[in-house]
Amino acid sequence: MAGIVGWGCHMPRHRVKVEEIAKVWGADAQAYKKGLNVQEKSVPAPDTDTITLSVTAARRAVARAGVDPAAIGACYVGSESHPYAVKPSGTTVAEVLGATPECRCADFEFACKAGTEAMTVALRLVDAGEVTYALGIGADTSQGAPGDALEYTASAGAAAFLMGADNLVAECEHTYSYMTDTADFWRREYQYYPQHAGRFTGEPAYFKHVLGCAKGILDKAGLKPEDFAYCVFHQPNGKFPATVAKKLGFKKEQWEQGLLCPLLGNTYSGSSPMGLTAILDVVKPGDRILHVSYGSGAGSDGFVFRCTDRIAEVQKLAPQTRELLEGERFYLQYGEYAKFRGKIIMNVKGA
Amino acid sequence: MRDVAIIGVGANPKWGELWGRSLRDIFVEAALAAMDDAGVDRIDSMYVGCMSSGLFAGQEHIGSLLADYLGQRHLPATRIETACASGGVAVKMAALEVASGHADVVLAGGVEKMTDVGGADATYALGTAADAEYECYHGATFPGLYAMIARAHMDRYGTTAEMLAQVAVKNHDNGALNPMAQYPFKITAERVLNSIMIADPLHILDCSPITDGAAAAVLCPLETAKKLTKKQPVKVAGFGQATDAIQLAQREDMTWLESTAQAAARAYEMAGVEAKDIDLFEVHDCFTIAELVVMESLGLVGKGEGGKATLEGRTARDGDIPVNASGGLKSKGHPVGATGVAQVMEVVKQLRGEAGDRQIKDAKRGLTQNMGGSGGSSVVHILEVA
Amino acid sequence: MPSASYTREIPQRYRLEAGKCSSCGKIYYPPRLVCVCGGRDFETVALSDTGKVVTYTIIRVGPSDFVEEVPYGLGIVEVDGGVRLMAQLVDVPLDDIKTGMPVRLEFRKIYQEGEAGIICYGHKAVPA
Repeated sequence: MAGIVGWGCHMPRHRVKVEEIAKVWGADAQAYKKGLNVQEKSVPAPDTDTITLSVTAARRAVARAGVDPAAIGACYVGSESHPYAVKPSGTTVAEVLGATPECRCADFEFACKAGTEAMTVALRLVDAGEVTYALGIGADTSQGAPGDALEYTASAGAAAFLMGADNLVAECEHTYSYMTDTADFWRREYQYYPQHAGRFTGEPAYFKHVLGCAKGILDKAGLKPEDFAYCVFHQPNGKFPATVAKKLGFKKEQWEQGLLCPLLGNTYSGSSPMGLTAILDVVKPGDRILHVSYGSGAGSDGFVFRCTDRIAEVQKLAPQTRELLEGERFYLQYGEYAKFRGKIIMNVKGA
Repeated sequence: MRDVAIIGVGANPKWGELWGRSLRDIFVEAALAAMDDAGVDRIDSMYVGCMSSGLFAGQEHIGSLLADYLGQRHLPATRIETACASGGVAVKMAALEVASGHADVVLAGGVEKMTDVGGADATYALGTAADAEYECYHGATFPGLYAMIARAHMDRYGTTAEMLAQVAVKNHDNGALNPMAQYPFKITAERVLNSIMIADPLHILDCSPITDGAAAAVLCPLETAKKLTKKQPVKVAGFGQATDAIQLAQREDMTWLESTAQAAARAYEMAGVEAKDIDLFEVHDCFTIAELVVMESLGLVGKGEGGKATLEGRTARDGDIPVNASGGLKSKGHPVGATGVAQVMEVVKQLRGEAGDRQIKDAKRGLTQNMGGSGGSSVVHILEVA
Repeated sequence: MPSASYTREIPQRYRLEAGKCSSCGKIYYPPRLVCVCGGRDFETVALSDTGKVVTYTIIRVGPSDFVEEVPYGLGIVEVDGGVRLMAQLVDVPLDDIKTGMPVRLEFRKIYQEGEAGIICYGHKAVPA
């Protein structure tokens, strides 16, 4: 079976703390921090978007893989914040890497699940023998409506996985997907910010699909939580994935390495994939990882990865996720954050 | 080739923000002033230096426009563009046409109408004199490019912000005596250093202003000059022009202006003189740092010594190398296409003894240096009493 | 609408491709058709993405496409191998920018043509 040949992660250095947002809306910062288990979130500068985050993450994936970029036969970016409404993100990423012109490309969109769908298609194109290597990327510069609970978590980051059949760092042993039509979170064309259905986003949406997918893939694989060194679940906040892990019978040491949300926020399509990169950074040969995403609308993709001996050789070949998460950070005031995120009304150019 | 003289110079009477005057108005005012000064009512050919009438005024093809509005319809008229050196090169082209014998009385003009666009658009328009794809693309501005030259000069030679400020102080001292200057007042070094930062380490008072203005000169063969005018003819003794990489990043040495050094070498050789034989210098102080690097590249002082020479007063009107007695671009204003012609006008007035309170005593020979971009083009003229 | 000129520059802007003169070995960024030595054959080489700042400024008054970006660091970076290029200096407090500072070139949005035009990408320098 195909698997991961190289992985890479990227996130902005700019952050905003929960207190800074709560102050503006007269909200109770401590309640949000406790309720959501989130302290701060990443914020993209105006020169950072889904494409630039994807490029840097992908370059790191290629650096770890050590392959000729011209052999990359597909480039898929999953995101709900593609910079263009019409014009793919993936073409720019492939062009920067030097993967063009013999390369397949289309952008994916499925709320926060677009990245894992991109990963799945990349994996299966390799399995089918269509391409030698394929990139699956999850990236977002996500938006939450000002004052909404989502504003405390909607953040920016990217994870890229180069899939191949040889020289693997982690073999993908199983995939599984669990999907229904559930209207828990959406954004119509020409709307700036997504809307969500409040508490309906919990039990009937996130938990139903993540648990359904996790149980489904464990059944399919014939594996139990104790067969895994690590697990990672979609992280809309810092609480939901921990709740899921506990319900499934995973222990803290299995899920905490991949839980980035308390310092990163929810990077939507990048969320659980970035958690996976943090695990790959430290995992040992032979270790198994369970990865389950979630995208509103709604569905979950599940993966079982088993790491190879090669993984130890490449972990240090690019910046590691927790170094980026906990390294030098620049904290923004709300006004700067609002400017960065285009929340200040400006005149149309030329007007 | 015939020897060439300048027999008339003129500008529109006051440079600055001329809200009530159009590009064609200010050019015609300057050209008529120069023709009146020369005592001619007819010219055979015309060159107009203008950097960007297209971006500043939405108007190209100004040779035709300006010849017509000057009352010289059917005249061969050519626009010259070498960024901020356009005016100086217009003078050179006029001199060459006279020297060649193709025309006898040629007008060299320069004009820029800059205030019909806002500040950001003006910054953009000026920026097009840099490499559009590899400098402007990244957000470079002209203050920014010269700021990078200043930073390199500071790092290499220990040049200080105080030295830069003194260039502005000295040029405003001179400009305060020039009736056409846009900013004819004195300033202090403290005021320069406390003024708002534009591109570190350059403050706004290190920068020449945005200016509407025009200037013109009338050239003819030296041997007929005395028949045409009663005024002291001024001989165009030498000129030289050179280029360098347009991109600052691709220059061999960012603290040196090779285009200026090579243009000057040609002019010195043609005139048969050295820098020490010259009584006054009008140079391209678009930013304070530019005056220092130009002085060094012209050989007035050694490499890295421009700041020290300025602090010592050597470049003041009563110093041994008077630089920018007119007030320079800094105080007089910098309507980019007109600047090179206005430098020639100042030297002509000085050599005729018509410079009023800012007159350099016994001036017999003067040099102008006009620069385009961050040093991608440079043109030098040496003028002397005929 | 500079989409044609933008597309033309993609190899240089996205992949830092330069031209190395086959006769004298001089490297040009961006690539050229003729070398100062007269050579006209060039090999495509990619520049290193690491280097150091050789001079810099902080732009506080920007041109029309960068009005909302100010203040921003702008410098000349000498990449490993000696080629120099201009790039913005980002992800660093403006007061910490210094000559000689080691940097790495990272892919970023340079500017955009309003809400309707193309988005222009390239590299900016971040602390290495």
